[in-house]
Amino acid sequence: MKVMIVGACSAIAEATAKRLAERGCELFLVARNADRLQTMADDLQVRGARSATIFTADACDYDAHEPMLQKAIESMGGLDTVLIAHGTLPDQEELQKTWEATAQALNENFLSVVGILTPVANYMEEQGSGTIAVISSVAGDRGRQSNYVYGSAKGAVSIFLQGLRNRLFHSGVNVLTIKPGFVKTPMTADIAGDGFMWAEADDIAEGIIKGIDKGRNVVYLPSFWWVIMTIIKSIPETVFKRLKL
Amino acid sequence: MASADSKFRSWGRHIRSDATALRVQSRAADLPLPADSTSPLLPYGQGRSYGDSCLNNGGTLLENAGLNHFISFDDESGVISCESGVTLAEILRIAVPRGWFLPVTPGTRYVSVGGAIANDVHGKNHHRAGTFGCHVLRFELLRSDGSRMLCSPDENEQWYRATIGGLGLTGMITRADIQLKPVMNAYLQEETLRFSSLDEFFMLTRDSDASYEYTVAWIDCVAKGKDLGRGAFYRANHHGSASPGQRPKAPRTSIGFPFTPPMSLVNKLSLKAFNEAFYRFQPKRRSRTVHYQPFFYPLDSIQHWNRMYGPKGMLQYQCVLPEDHGKDVFRNMLKTISDSGSGSFLAVLKMFGDIPSPGMMSFPRPGITLALDFPNSPEVMRLLDRLDDMTREAGGAVYPAKDARMSAGAFQEYFPQWREFSEYIDPRFSSSFWRRVTGESST
Repeated sequence: MKVMIVGACSAIAEATAKRLAERGCELFLVARNADRLQTMADDLQVRGARSATIFTADACDYDAHEPMLQKAIESMGGLDTVLIAHGTLPDQEELQKTWEATAQALNENFLSVVGILTPVANYMEEQGSGTIAVISSVAGDRGRQSNYVYGSAKGAVSIFLQGLRNRLFHSGVNVLTIKPGFVKTPMTADIAGDGFMWAEADDIAEGIIKGIDKGRNVVYLPSFWWVIMTIIKSIPETVFKRLKL
Repeated sequence: MASADSKFRSWGRHIRSDATALRVQSRAADLPLPADSTSPLLPYGQGRSYGDSCLNNGGTLLENAGLNHFISFDDESGVISCESGVTLAEILRIAVPRGWFLPVTPGTRYVSVGGAIANDVHGKNHHRAGTFGCHVLRFELLRSDGSRMLCSPDENEQWYRATIGGLGLTGMITRADIQLKPVMNAYLQEETLRFSSLDEFFMLTRDSDASYEYTVAWIDCVAKGKDLGRGAFYRANHHGSASPGQRPKAPRTSIGFPFTPPMSLVNKLSLKAFNEAFYRFQPKRRSRTVHYQPFFYPLDSIQHWNRMYGPKGMLQYQCVLPEDHGKDVFRNMLKTISDSGSGSFLAVLKMFGDIPSPGMMSFPRPGITLALDFPNSPEVMRLLDRLDDMTREAGGAVYPAKDARMSAGAFQEYFPQWREFSEYIDPRFSSSFWRRVTGESST
């Protein structure tokens, strides 16, 4: 498998990359920090990756998206799977103070995904095969006062992917929407709890790879989140608006 | 930088301690330092030490879980280079399929390389291979002042010796090179022999240690009278054939104990029943091919097995007694344990060999070692004090990685080199254990 991972240093992406490496995949890793990328690439090669090429870029640098894709294809001699895993978890209360901060959060969590997927989708449509897997979030299933900016960015990602899936289905390309619940990672370290609701990054990675292998459309990880979100989505708005969620 | 004030528990689960956790972000970065410049620091790996040697109550724990990268692996020489947070389980996962194995492994594979060095862990092949530290070619030590030292037998040798078995106190190990050993496959040829007395055990171990790489015994520590000292002896070698006939599977990890039962499931009744049944179940003699996982890590397949001891947790006691007059003391010790009725499911017996460790504060020394766990109770605390008296009398020692209660006097008698060692401690580093065992002067 020839896999490009954007946001490769995120905990979920790294755990997924380790599992892909053990399968002997070829990997193309994109993130901002060159030192961390190199550390990861060395590690993945020891773990069995056939190759691990690094590419330093900010996901919000739109001019880098096209060269990134070209470099990935060139270094691996093709591309069959893309995993988009970059993102930020902004502090909702901070975002409420200025629209600029909100716009930046939407840029980091939604528009940058669209930017990367535009050339990727065209390439895969042309190729007539491949998988596009994107980490969205259960937070995108319903707006809640505690993080609706992050939630609306992720919700937009999920809807964008629905449309893309519909378009690319006819070319044999699979689009996988990944909706993790609470995951213990550096991104969530300030809010993380310890109960059963909090999953390990490696458990999410296992679910992502299963979802890719089976050609699934949408996966909730761990799967019990499907039940929770089905309940949350079914609460009438008149009731929901009174809740402190 | 991620930080959190958290409750930490070690594997014995009976000490709760407060500490600020800081994640070490990369091996190239400086140590993350807490705002409070008086807060003592201690590296924290997988938290598999049983007592308080991995805890730092009121201080800061520097978590190495993010230092989980391999750096290189040479298939030809078997030298693996990795960051200190990589676990032994991960090393096995990539090394075994390529024909390499850990030179020494403790009874769980869920420990970090840093922890294995800091506790200079040992295994069933101590008589043949010494401790884990004997196979550490070199490592990098990062001190709180930002200085870095490469330590090996040829370079900064004193720091190399102080850090192996140094309980994490000399600084943070960022990376290490370890010499693995070649194997043909993932299997062992194991032989089980039931024995009915201590004399039989001593005979078996004497006869087996020359021809078997791994030897260990389980002993029934509840049995009294004529049954005193009965148990089962296990000896094994790596399977020598490239294509072993049988390929038994590794066990799947069971759900184990998803929550802590309200009271200890280990009590006098269950102990007696378990030990009796386990002894009866052992074949008089049996040879078989086994996967390395159930052989080395029988408890790893039961998640959170330590919760079995209920909310009060457990205490593990591991001592070593010198062989010459240790036998009589050992017999006496076993009788004291069985008379107390407190015993343990898993009492493990092993004869250490005489291969010296490079570690200044290393625990293993030639003689007989006994390890057992007890549910935490005041009665057990008194029993362990009695066992300590016997260990001291025999000139033995207790294993710091498993201890939560030995007195400062006992520790300083077991490890008289502690003063020399303390010169190598990083001025900002300390641990709950270290404060406890050096808090009062030797008696």
